[in-house]
Amino acid sequence: MKIPCPLCGQRDSREFSYLGHASLMDRPAPDAGDAAWDDYLHNRENPAGVTEDLWSHDYGCAAWVVVTRNTVTHGILSARLAKEGTS
Amino acid sequence: MRVEGKGHAIDRTEKLSFQFDGKTIGGFAGDTLASALLANDVRLVGRSFKYHRARGIVSMGSEEPNALVTLKRGAAVVPNARATMQPIYQNLVAHSQNAWPSRSFDLLAANDLISPFLGAGFYYKTFMWPQSFWEKVYEPVIRRAAGLGALVPTYDGARFEKADAHCDVLVIGAGPAGLMAALTLGQAGLDVILADEHDAVGGQLLLETQTLDGLAGPAWAEEMATHLASMPNVRVMLNTTVTGAYDQGDFGALQRHGLDQAEPVHTLPEETFWRISTRRAVLCAGAQERHIAFPDNDRPGVMMAGAVRGYLNKFGVAAGQRVAVFANNDSAHQTALDLAAAGQSVTVLDSRSDAAAQGDYELLAGAQVVGTSGRQGLRKITFTQDGNTRSLACDCLGVSGGWNPMVHLTCHMNGRPTWDEDIASFVPTPGSIPGMVTAGSCGGLMETSAVLADGVNVAAAVAKDLGAVAPTPPIPATDARPTGLEPLWHVPGHGRGWLDFQNDVTTKDVQQAAQENFRSVEHMKRYTTQGMAPDQGKMSNVLALAVLADATGRGIPETGTTTFRPPYVPVSIAALGAGAHGKGFAPERFTTSHAATVARKAPLIEAGFWYRPSYFPQPGERTWRDSCDREVAMVRSAVGVCDVSTLGKIDIQGPDAGAFLDLVYTGRFSTLKVGKVKYGLMLREDGFVLDDGTTACLGENHFLMTTTTAAAGQVMRHLEFVHQCLRPDFNVSFASVTEQWAQFAVAGPKSRAVLDAVLDAPVTNKAFPVMGCGDFSVGGQNARLFRISFSGEHAYELAVPARFGAAVFDALLAAAEQQGGGPYGMEALNVLRIEKGFITHAEIDGRVTAGDLGMGKMVAVSKDCIGKTASARPGLNDPDRAQLVGLKPVGAVKKILAGAHLFNAGDDVHRTTDQGHVTSACFSPTLDSTLALGFLKNGRARIGETVVMVEHLNDLHVQVEVCDPVFFDPDGGRLRD
Ligand SMILES: [Zn+2]
Repeated sequence: MKIPCPLCGQRDSREFSYLGHASLMDRPAPDAGDAAWDDYLHNRENPAGVTEDLWSHDYGCAAWVVVTRNTVTHGILSARLAKEGTS
Repeated sequence: MRVEGKGHAIDRTEKLSFQFDGKTIGGFAGDTLASALLANDVRLVGRSFKYHRARGIVSMGSEEPNALVTLKRGAAVVPNARATMQPIYQNLVAHSQNAWPSRSFDLLAANDLISPFLGAGFYYKTFMWPQSFWEKVYEPVIRRAAGLGALVPTYDGARFEKADAHCDVLVIGAGPAGLMAALTLGQAGLDVILADEHDAVGGQLLLETQTLDGLAGPAWAEEMATHLASMPNVRVMLNTTVTGAYDQGDFGALQRHGLDQAEPVHTLPEETFWRISTRRAVLCAGAQERHIAFPDNDRPGVMMAGAVRGYLNKFGVAAGQRVAVFANNDSAHQTALDLAAAGQSVTVLDSRSDAAAQGDYELLAGAQVVGTSGRQGLRKITFTQDGNTRSLACDCLGVSGGWNPMVHLTCHMNGRPTWDEDIASFVPTPGSIPGMVTAGSCGGLMETSAVLADGVNVAAAVAKDLGAVAPTPPIPATDARPTGLEPLWHVPGHGRGWLDFQNDVTTKDVQQAAQENFRSVEHMKRYTTQGMAPDQGKMSNVLALAVLADATGRGIPETGTTTFRPPYVPVSIAALGAGAHGKGFAPERFTTSHAATVARKAPLIEAGFWYRPSYFPQPGERTWRDSCDREVAMVRSAVGVCDVSTLGKIDIQGPDAGAFLDLVYTGRFSTLKVGKVKYGLMLREDGFVLDDGTTACLGENHFLMTTTTAAAGQVMRHLEFVHQCLRPDFNVSFASVTEQWAQFAVAGPKSRAVLDAVLDAPVTNKAFPVMGCGDFSVGGQNARLFRISFSGEHAYELAVPARFGAAVFDALLAAAEQQGGGPYGMEALNVLRIEKGFITHAEIDGRVTAGDLGMGKMVAVSKDCIGKTASARPGLNDPDRAQLVGLKPVGAVKKILAGAHLFNAGDDVHRTTDQGHVTSACFSPTLDSTLALGFLKNGRARIGETVVMVEHLNDLHVQVEVCDPVFFDPDGGRLRD
């Protein structure tokens, strides 16, 4: 499987490590309350279809990359740099 | 029996001899083991798995279910080699399998006599009760009788490889469609790999008498091979089976090497497992002939009709003296035509009442075979025609129930094939594998001219899709051959009709499954085990579900197929794991003191990819404990030197560096003064401890963070995450400098004297207090010094650019030895830190909070940090949580072992009464006692209590006293003086 790193181009997925859903970028404020923190820490959508998740290009440029992919077809649709923000 | 004038693949001038079950047999260069056995009229080649029925060769390819043999090859023993895929070589040694004591007299054939009790589902029914019998009686007995072939339990030295390949287009199968596709794509200038599992290109053309452009099929294929070999952008991989289709155009393939060599060739591995990355793929896997399930269709001598003429045309082997053919289609008549042309008399039994003879042979139209006989091989068949039952003497019966397109790879990503009425079989569903298309007979085309044209047309479309356009090659002219067919799946009668030869599944088993309501094809498969043998039912799947469809009254398309999964052929674990034997390709990281460490004969232990010294043995020391105890005492009384370069070092710079550190550490670092070091605790966002270490402020907006050796990579990734994903607005950047700096701990009361001998200017206690850091020089080169201690002693860490590491280590050791000190290893380091209650990843194992460690106050109140909010959750502040404590034995037994659990005295030892566990333990020569760190429920309030350590492996019950985790020098005076 290959991931198109925005900096390095199409690279083998073995160069990356996976973290989780891209919602991990939306860190609540410290006083956002238990429900918001519970959601952030523990609750994830598990969609059959398109999803976004975070991959780190460890054996490459060290960029965190938001990968849009389809959980049903395993298709990788696009990738962008995490530091450019949530979509 | 050999036939003159036939056999383009063999060289009759080169005679070879080999052994099969101890008997010496002759063959020719170019023979497979199967063709040579058939040429010598060896018909019984093995016994079936469950019933131990006599079985013979049925096919010519990797689908062969019966002719599996064990090869002795050099020192290697290779079980389950397919005789149909194995070339012979001089002195080859092969043994039949599943037969004891011999293949013609097999004791377990008695299973066949009790077969009524061993039918479908017998495991589930027979061996359920009484339950206690399962482990003691049933399982051992079944295990003894089960298993195909046998492995030698020792490593035989065989070499295997893994490799990667890349191409524009992978063409799978080098039959007529694959050859034309590869030629078309090659001419378009694309980078092409053509893979075929046989040792020559040509596919079905090598087995037929059909001509192309006036050339015999094999000659035409050879010309194509030469032509493709001349194209630098086309690679032909023979003996290479594409085993699986994976995401994004990746394919797995197994290449077998040196098969015709008596000994493994030292320059070649046995097998290579390829990972082929492609932009597009064209599947030209062809079609495979299927059986008809008539009674006793498994008798040796009953073969596929296509294989009978294939062995004749390719190897000059007549599979029998008197051959009959039983078919429901036109293609099988070619077997009779080819045999008749070679001078043999043949009878064709065609189930179609309107069948017509295509040449000079006897035809029985509307006939069906209802039985076979012959003890160890076919002697006679019984058949019905026009309501009469008659028999016919023959020693070989070629059977054809039609042809199944090899749709397997198209289904590897959950695709389902589509039923095609015309050929009464499944064809690939387009789009099943993104980027892969099919061409030729694997797409359902059965006429050679159509197959050739399809190869060109499909490839041209692929080339166009990839932006490569070129004139397409002309399509060779062939003679047309009829391909008519009328479905016939099974013929009822006395005796069992066999579907799956490898797992001994009959039509009756499938019907019984349906009767017992295992009507879904997936349930039928599991209940009967049809298709679950190493051949994955290549020959039996379509036939079995046709029988199921009949039994359930549904159509075949409604019945559907089971799931096709990779690998298409068995792949040895050794090939998949190539490169991982022994050290394999695992990276090794060596410190700059490695050579000096090895020279001092220190045993090495692995820490991630690093190698670190356990201890430095001295003459007269008999065990590691002798050395460790000496090294601990040396540090406490004089001075020790230890290479700590493996700790992660991260250089952090930028105007927001301080604010960034405040966010990732529990403590405040933005106020840290230049020239100071601070201990930091890093949490995960869920409130548990991620790592700990010190961070030094080297200059304004310039910090150096250290991490534990184990978590260096993880911490770096975490910092990048926090920066890029949470605070991209921070102006800060990181670089790992772990490998750039060699760093040595110099610890002990004499440490300053050692440094003064090595540094260009002396260090004073006052100007360089505890937790100070600064630039120094060693031999005129820049160095960094940190006054930090992991031993509790007056200690420093000296860092120099890695290229000076070896020299500085030698200089430090020389100076230390002057002071009665020397090097110390990981064992002593561990004892020193346990004596001081310092934690490592043995303690911070991912389940531990700052509060558990007694470091709750380190979470700064006045600022946010990663993990702060979650660490305030009530559950993480429950006083009943296990807290870090020290442990000391107080009873007669003095042993404490890491991993052991703690219980209250008098409690039952049970998980519900568990009070905590031991994380680290050692013998402290300083305190002359075993010491341990561990976590105990509400432990800080229980100091002074006695609890019981229970360790089941050594049956230990030890009284331990709960102590403060800092056993030695609790005031820290030694650190400061
Ligand atoms: Zn990258």
